[in-house]
Amino acid sequence: MSEPSTTAHGSKIDPADTLPKLLLQHARIRSNSPAMREKAFGIWQTWTWAEMADEVGKLVCGLKALGLESGDKLAVVGDNRPRLYWSMVAAQCIGAIPVPLYQDSVAAEMIYILNDADIRFAVVEDQEQVDKLLEIKDRCPKLENVVYDEIRGLRDYEHTGLLHSIADLQTLGQDYDRAHSDFFERCVAETQGDQFAIMLYTSGTTGNPKGVLLTHDNLVITGRNGVEQEGLTADEEVLAYLPMAWVGDNLFSVTQSYVAGFCVNCPESTETVMTDMREIGPTYYFAPPRVYENLLTQVIIRMEDASAVKRKVFDYFMEVARKVGSRILDGEQVNSMERMKYWIGNVLVYAPLKNVLGFSRIKLAFTAGEAIGPDIFDFYRSLGINVKQLYGQTEATVFICVQPNGQVRADTVGVPAAGVEVKISDDGEVLYRSPGVFHSYYKNEKSTRSTKTEDGWVLTGDAGYFDDEGHLRIIDRAKDVGKLTSGAMFAPKYLENKLKFFPQVKEVVAFGDGRDFAAVFVNIDLDAVGNWAERQNMAYTGYTDLAARPEVAEMVRECVEKVNADLAEDSRLSASQIRRFLILPKELDADDGELTRTRKVRRNFIADRYEDLVNGLYDGRSAVDVDLEVKFEDGRTGRLLAKVEIQTAQAYGVTEMRKTG
Amino acid sequence: MARQPIGEILLKADNISLSFGGVKALSNISFDVREHELAAIIGPNGAGKSSMLNVINGFYHPQQGQITFKGQTRSRMKVHQAAVQGIARTFQNIALFKGMSVLDNLMTGRNLKMHSTMLEQAVYWGRARREELEHRGKVEEIIDFLNLESVRKTPVGRLPYGIQKRVELGRALAAEPSLLLLDEPMAGMNLEEKEDMCRFVLDVNEEFGTTIVLIEHDMAVVMDISDRVTVLDYGRLLAVGTPDEVRNNQEVIDAYLGVASD
Repeated sequence: MSEPSTTAHGSKIDPADTLPKLLLQHARIRSNSPAMREKAFGIWQTWTWAEMADEVGKLVCGLKALGLESGDKLAVVGDNRPRLYWSMVAAQCIGAIPVPLYQDSVAAEMIYILNDADIRFAVVEDQEQVDKLLEIKDRCPKLENVVYDEIRGLRDYEHTGLLHSIADLQTLGQDYDRAHSDFFERCVAETQGDQFAIMLYTSGTTGNPKGVLLTHDNLVITGRNGVEQEGLTADEEVLAYLPMAWVGDNLFSVTQSYVAGFCVNCPESTETVMTDMREIGPTYYFAPPRVYENLLTQVIIRMEDASAVKRKVFDYFMEVARKVGSRILDGEQVNSMERMKYWIGNVLVYAPLKNVLGFSRIKLAFTAGEAIGPDIFDFYRSLGINVKQLYGQTEATVFICVQPNGQVRADTVGVPAAGVEVKISDDGEVLYRSPGVFHSYYKNEKSTRSTKTEDGWVLTGDAGYFDDEGHLRIIDRAKDVGKLTSGAMFAPKYLENKLKFFPQVKEVVAFGDGRDFAAVFVNIDLDAVGNWAERQNMAYTGYTDLAARPEVAEMVRECVEKVNADLAEDSRLSASQIRRFLILPKELDADDGELTRTRKVRRNFIADRYEDLVNGLYDGRSAVDVDLEVKFEDGRTGRLLAKVEIQTAQAYGVTEMRKTG
Repeated sequence: MARQPIGEILLKADNISLSFGGVKALSNISFDVREHELAAIIGPNGAGKSSMLNVINGFYHPQQGQITFKGQTRSRMKVHQAAVQGIARTFQNIALFKGMSVLDNLMTGRNLKMHSTMLEQAVYWGRARREELEHRGKVEEIIDFLNLESVRKTPVGRLPYGIQKRVELGRALAAEPSLLLLDEPMAGMNLEEKEDMCRFVLDVNEEFGTTIVLIEHDMAVVMDISDRVTVLDYGRLLAVGTPDEVRNNQEVIDAYLGVASD
């Protein structure tokens, strides 16, 4: 696999076919419009496109002076900070490839990626990340330079050789610039659309993460298609708060901003996102379902603590919104009485609520990554917030399917996005072909070939089908769809999602492939259940204590039985009703390897780690003792001893299952 | 800019004795604190640690002995004089304005540096406006420094204990003190909060060069972060020295672990 430093086909349709070129284009045509904001010291600091180009220019020269060459890889680790974004573009100007990493990766994960990606340069946010890199330096022999943004706590560190501050780098760059006039502009002019723009590591529910190489063409064309399809303009406001290592952040907060020319806002810190969101009032927003879910949970918790009158008003108008809100949003016929009520509701409830959530100005909000609960989805849409689902992948530069305006359903992911072809293979797997299809996996020819066919189709690994309206419906990962001993289909993700839609339930792990019946592990949501417990005057010490309460088990049983009643309606899935379940004594945690960094459950890993509990679900025991090693956030380990009760739930309708135990 | 080297003597206590009626809280204590130093006073409960701090910032007046601060010797001083001279402190039991936001609490720390009159402040014009902006800027730096951004506008009473302690540290810092007295900053905290607080205390010392006198009974914390340790027991001075010296001092070991009676 060679890296195209010169382009093979020199044809140019659009002169601004790379991110650096787009940057300079905006610096010319809208030099004084805001390009980026960051809240620092309590005040939003703004950089215009011209100022941003200037900052990037200094970084380009600085990185060059430090020895960054075309084809080098530059790791970027930290929260969404302007200087980190700028270093990524700066690297692209030189022809180097930025590799953003998850800022909460533990040392072992980092070592793997730094070595796999042959990282020579790293640009990081602060002391925390510098410490992490210094700790693993010996095991990453290729790492030569670490550049940091925030000096705090780093003054005493030895600054010879390895460590540099971004400020120093930019000063170095200014000297270099004087010696090589117009270096930045010349670099930018040399960038080509088919050059690699970025390498993103997929979190990998199995095996080691793989580096997905995307070109400028992948990013820019996909980004532009999205901008045109959704009618985005240079006036949008976006809040960049999702991990920089996620493909979505690179498309929504970087590429599309560069294509459309809109402003990207970096929050003050991860804890202040809610406040910052309210102050900025983004018009274009994206979040995984989990974020929408958390916001809704908070709203509900706070409403439960509100006075009786407020609660009545809220409940009444939310009911009105549920009935007509989504229909008004979809432009359907609604009678004037209902419209009137909705208007009053807007004054009294919806508008203030949206204001608190920071959703007042939203034109378009995306959710992706996981299935979203119908209740959650409907809640936002009924408030008049245009939340849409999209189906995407890192390998596709995000977009595969998007829901068109007016045809938004909770249980589908929409129709193929602009420029994307989608088909379903004979064994039910979803395949796509698009301008966003990745170049290859870095140094992994074998995986590239098994994922991408000769003629450019990519296997998603997801099982799905098109419904009667032509909307794609995803059931589960293709390889996870299994069979019960009775031969009936078992789609674990489908069960998990259905159960996770209850606010009391945070995570679910379903078992059933090759078994007699379906059974699940449940993580309760500490916020929601904790609040409920407080209102019941139930004292508890923490998660483990609460999880072991019989009242809580009863509450979860009700949820499970509702899911069962739902499943009983569907002939294909009624066999996978949940017969037995248990509430895990600890929260599933990415630090223990139980979740991926994007918070997807790693089912096989969990099945191994909690083998005793899984056996308990199936051998008819009523309780199981567990002895677990747990890792705390500071890296220390401890033990957790608990007795876990195993619960049974009622199944409905047709059952041909054999009794166990 | 690395940590500033430890300099001249900033504070000197000479033969301090303090008693309440018949109770001798401090007897004949002498020690000194140098510029940019992180000094700790340790000792079992009732050893006279808090009394010593109260003497330093002029809240108690010792019957004997004198305090020399920045070359000025005095035996009696009012609390506000201490503040004017650049001594700020936090308390063992949090003493914040519970109903006010974090931001407002920190602004009160700037009080001594405000010169505009009440009338000027009421109309928010000229000097008052300039001052307000300047002080707010300074306070925002502290908010950033102590990672308090997310609670900037939250009333202090609603915050968890560990954060309140941090706010109190922030208020003391807002006065830009040359000597900072911390009365058990880690008391009642869990491990993580303690680690955070240690980090902040060290950062304050490094970043602002502030001289710090710290009272603490968590030995591990003290030994980890201080340059010099003064050990008190029943109002007596047991030992002064580096953490290592103190750790190996037989008298200290006896006081902390007790001595076998036979």
